Amino acid sequence: MTSEVLTAYRRPLPLRRGLELVVREVRTESLGVCSVVLERESRGPLPEYVPGSHVLVECAAPTGTTVNAYSLTGSGNSPVDYAISVQFRAGGTGGSAFIHGLVPGDRVQVSLPRNGFAPTATATHHVLVAGGIGITPVLSHAEAAVRWGRPFTVLYGYRDGSAPHLERMRRLCGERLVECVGREALARQLTESLRRQPMGTHLYVCGSGSLTDATLQTARDFGWPEGRLHHEVFDTVALDPGEPFTVRLARSGGELPVPSGVSLLEALEVEGIGVPNLCRQGVCGECRLSVTAGTPVHRDSFLSPAEKSSNTCLMPCVSRSEGPILEVDL
Amino acid sequence: MSIDAPSHLDLPEHVRRFPFPFPHDRYMYSVNVEPGRNPSQTAAGRWGERILEVDGFYLQDLEARAAVLDRDPSRAAQMSHMRPGVWGALHLVLTELAVTYPEWMAYERHGDRCRWTNRLQQLQTDFIVGADYSLPEGPLRFLSTQVQDDFALLNLREGALWLDAGVITFAADWSMGFDVGLPFSEIHGPVPRAADLGVIDRAEQFLLNLQPGDPYRRTNWTMTVDRRMDTSTESYPEWAQDRSLVVTDPALPDRLHLRVEVQHLIKVPTTGDLLFLVRTHLLSLRELAAVPAWGRRLAEVLRTLPEDLADYKGIARYRDAAARWLQEADAA
Repeated sequence: MTSEVLTAYRRPLPLRRGLELVVREVRTESLGVCSVVLERESRGPLPEYVPGSHVLVECAAPTGTTVNAYSLTGSGNSPVDYAISVQFRAGGTGGSAFIHGLVPGDRVQVSLPRNGFAPTATATHHVLVAGGIGITPVLSHAEAAVRWGRPFTVLYGYRDGSAPHLERMRRLCGERLVECVGREALARQLTESLRRQPMGTHLYVCGSGSLTDATLQTARDFGWPEGRLHHEVFDTVALDPGEPFTVRLARSGGELPVPSGVSLLEALEVEGIGVPNLCRQGVCGECRLSVTAGTPVHRDSFLSPAEKSSNTCLMPCVSRSEGPILEVDL
Repeated sequence: MSIDAPSHLDLPEHVRRFPFPFPHDRYMYSVNVEPGRNPSQTAAGRWGERILEVDGFYLQDLEARAAVLDRDPSRAAQMSHMRPGVWGALHLVLTELAVTYPEWMAYERHGDRCRWTNRLQQLQTDFIVGADYSLPEGPLRFLSTQVQDDFALLNLREGALWLDAGVITFAADWSMGFDVGLPFSEIHGPVPRAADLGVIDRAEQFLLNLQPGDPYRRTNWTMTVDRRMDTSTESYPEWAQDRSLVVTDPALPDRLHLRVEVQHLIKVPTTGDLLFLVRTHLLSLRELAAVPAWGRRLAEVLRTLPEDLADYKGIARYRDAAARWLQEADAA
């Protein structure tokens, strides 16, 4: 699955801290879907990942660079390559066209694997629902479930003639795979399956927005608790690089630029102005600064709502400025 | 502000590497987390460049742990759903050890087949990731024989963290057997003030957002009589009375130790479980006073520590005696 997460491009932190990989193989998976296998130039081991993880991929499109999230299709155990499968979308921002245009030897910047769709260790059973290209994280789940002997069932809905990874799923899952050709068949199977599941079953769904909504609604109608329903969420919060602004130092009188994608704390450090800090994620409270003019955009979880609305302090490791200038007590 | 004479080069290694935990004269709970591998300068030296620290106490600490586990196997616990997490943690720790100490340790992995070499223990062993039988004592216990750190694995589900596996032999007055299977928030229920300060909620939120490959660490502290590593709730009858006896003992500065835990928090890449490593360092008051800035700082911390925190840490009986000795040593 894919989702566009950014249009006006500045290389965000997860990509700056990511990996430059080389395309080893490109193959057609099914109608309109290609798989790309990426590896290190050295062919050495890559970071392991939780089943259902995705990577952010920097896609150079004619209209500008975008960042798309694509699920990894392996189990995550001791990988030497990262494989993604991408559906071509004519009306998109060019991300899928970029992926489809890759050839072996091309270099691609990707983030480290991220996860918002992990299996539940205590589940007695996993029901994994996939629609079309939504099979990619489900494939990853199934690989890991087979490896660790976790009970699961896959409901795979696809259009006739367009079922990415179908053969691999059949070999991997055997009778645990239920195939549904077409939307209506999948809907009937969902009703059938979600009506009777053992206690402690967790439901995972990946597909179009409408399939996800319909699946979750069916489960709710049968009384499934919210805590057992999971759908793929691409984590985009950490991506927002924020607007550039200028910080004015009230006591020393200087002014410094804080570019987009650089935190206020980093901008101060670059100029040799150290602020005591620990977590650099807006939770510990150590780097708190007093604000003497301007309005902060608070992005931390340390300050109380009252402190935030008072506009008199901010955590420079994550928070920024609403306007072009912010004055702090330094 | 006075400057300590640059005599710290003469200090023993374990003093120079001691993770002195007090940035201020007054101590209060906070979410004192910082990125792992950050070197931290102290008045006597520095620490923190590595996640796993193998030092002169390596074999001694591991022997002590084995003895505790023989006496009380309940210090090692694992819920059945944690098999993948335990294997993931073992792989992570062995990889880290081999990278940090290539002169002593080597780790080779081909698919799931692994070979681990530890020259400090004259050990070489082959095993298969995922096959519990391939390590005689199983992956959980085996991990506890390779690092001085105690460790716990927290599973993330239903938006919370659950302590579902670990080997805790050097606990500072808590019980693995009691806490296993509990969520993070309940485990920290007894910590005075922390919940009201919002520290527990914020810490859990922070841990939930942690990404693999981003190790973090924090320190915690208490005090211990003698170089006793096992001060768990289970062994309370063995050490509790020393806390009163030490007050009038002329050997107090040698018996009483500042006990610092360096705790690392690392996501297990294959499962998303949180690996919580706890490495315990002990330094006697006399060793500590050899670094004047440390002696003065600890005396201040002990003098001003609120009563409820002193009670919770179990140091209320002797903290005044300790602060007095440190002040006298500083004046001398």
